[in-house]
Amino acid sequence: MGLRCCLTFCAVLSVALLNALPASAAPLDPARLVVIGGDLTEIVYALGAGRQVVGVDTTSNFPPEAAALETVGYMRRLSAEGVLSLEPDLVLAAADAGPDAALAQLRAAGVAIAIGPDNPSPEGVLEKIAFVGDALGREAMADALAQRIQADMGLVRAAVSQLDQPVRAMFILSVRGGALMAAGGGTSADAMITLSGGANAVSGFEGYKPLSAEIAIAAAPEVIIAPAHAAKALGGLEAIKARPELVATPAVETDRVLIMDGMLLLGFGPRTPQAVAELASLLHVDFKLPELTGRLEAN
Amino acid sequence: MDGAIAAPRARVRSGSWIALAVVATAALALLGVLLGPVTLSLEQMVTALGEALSGAPPSDRGASAILLQIRLPRVLLGAVVGAGLALSGCALQGVFRNPLADPGLVGVTAGAAVGAVTVIVLGEHLLSGLDEGAVFVLLRPYLLPIAAFLGAGLVTLLIFQLARDGQGRGLSVATLLLAGVAVNAIAAAVIGGLTYVSDDQQLRDLTFWSMGNLGGADWTATLLACAAILLALMGVLRLTRALDLFQIGERAAFHSGVDVERVKWRVGALSALAVGAGTAVAGPIGFIGLVGPHLARLLAGPSHRVIVPLSALMGASLALSSDLFVRLIIPPAEPPIGLATSLIGGPFFLWLLMRRARGGGVA
Repeated sequence: MGLRCCLTFCAVLSVALLNALPASAAPLDPARLVVIGGDLTEIVYALGAGRQVVGVDTTSNFPPEAAALETVGYMRRLSAEGVLSLEPDLVLAAADAGPDAALAQLRAAGVAIAIGPDNPSPEGVLEKIAFVGDALGREAMADALAQRIQADMGLVRAAVSQLDQPVRAMFILSVRGGALMAAGGGTSADAMITLSGGANAVSGFEGYKPLSAEIAIAAAPEVIIAPAHAAKALGGLEAIKARPELVATPAVETDRVLIMDGMLLLGFGPRTPQAVAELASLLHVDFKLPELTGRLEAN
Repeated sequence: MDGAIAAPRARVRSGSWIALAVVATAALALLGVLLGPVTLSLEQMVTALGEALSGAPPSDRGASAILLQIRLPRVLLGAVVGAGLALSGCALQGVFRNPLADPGLVGVTAGAAVGAVTVIVLGEHLLSGLDEGAVFVLLRPYLLPIAAFLGAGLVTLLIFQLARDGQGRGLSVATLLLAGVAVNAIAAAVIGGLTYVSDDQQLRDLTFWSMGNLGGADWTATLLACAAILLALMGVLRLTRALDLFQIGERAAFHSGVDVERVKWRVGALSALAVGAGTAVAGPIGFIGLVGPHLARLLAGPSHRVIVPLSALMGASLALSSDLFVRLIIPPAEPPIGLATSLIGGPFFLWLLMRRARGGGVA
């Protein structure tokens, strides 16, 4: 009986120790933080931990202070030693950060890495906020932020539901080999268009795919949306409107080609309610912009 | 051909080029270990190395991991991958008597790319039916290099088979080159198709794979690539006399007692081994396979006994200096190595060409 008690105690103890280990590896309120992923960076700043950030990836361009920090390169092409040179206590990484080899090398060097949730939706924003709050030991602030965003999202959704007709919108991500890469189903852009009272004019494929000129014309989008970096690469607004596959679309005929910040639009970070409201007011002239409480400004 | 009197002098000169290349490669390898975005003191490195050799637990986990898990395998991999590329370039240029022949031409790179891209795009899909046995779990992280290596071997074999003529007269070099062009085009189409069906994340993965990277290999993969490339080096070194005789023509080589068919097949197989292994682990790295052997030839003349090892050393130096460049240029970020191989190798190659064209001679 005594032996059994002892064994049970040992088992409980070892489980407790094992559970405690990962948490103890990551210091709460780390002094030096590297953040991989623009959405996570925005949340870290929104939770007031911006001063602790010593490095970010190239997708972190908001707030402007974050964009001014050292960058460790693109989130899927990290260099382990590059990240180590910033001497981080904790690396907060988005779900698609990589390559895996670099993450493994970082772990081998004793760096704590927390990988965020992968869910490009308004619910995903809340999950990411909870994740960052836990990792930084700022749960209360994270709860408050999440509640504000949830409330704002509710306001925006209610306003969008007042709209009658969904607007047919096409999202252009970039140009590849001369062809436009358009957002099909299952993309962040598709989700944002739907949330904002639009309907993706491009259907029939998943992900971002090159769009043939004929399909682009047949899709007849009423609005064309391009992220700012792609618009720049395409040669500006006028160059987009002049493209042969777009020139005959209703969007160009009625002069409704919109350019929006890519990270704001597709990041699914804390600015998502604001992004949905902005897009909805661009898609629908009669959209009544609700008063948002948690509007995040560059501070 | 050198005259009888000039020969000993030429030998001394070529020997000293090899010695110089060994020193350069060793110096670059040492720099690759010493320098990086993280500044490690010599003391830290000696301590970490000593602890690792004596089996003691590392006192400074960060320094130890940087030295032993990041820099050492990376430098070793860079040296052997560069050597393997230049080595097979040298052998292929010798057999084809074509200065533009490089490992890409016989389909090695395209085959490796088809294998790698297949795993990136269809991996999850194809493997979902398999049970997660112990062997499978062990192999899982190496699936991409294995597929790339198999792809390289299979495509090279296919091209060599296609180039066999029906009358039993063996391989035709002209057919081989044309078959290579066609098979490369087909491989590009397969990659294009896979790229088209890939999702956003796979697309980014395969884009970055195709840029090449020495930083992503662990010790197991690095040592396997080392073994394969050393094997190929030893194989090619045994063919140097035959490669010399190939330069005066295939028929002349045949009459001098060279089994020309066997040499061609061996060069194909050894190239597939060296480049396949390198590409499997580090991704495709351009330019070295083409320019490494040319550098060697410009420096040390036509004898394959000299330029095979010299090519390998030039390739290793080129890869190591390029990797050092990309690691140090914009830390903590790191541009792809392919940029640097051309950026460093290109001007150096041009400089050598210009010097020779002006009649100044190199030596």
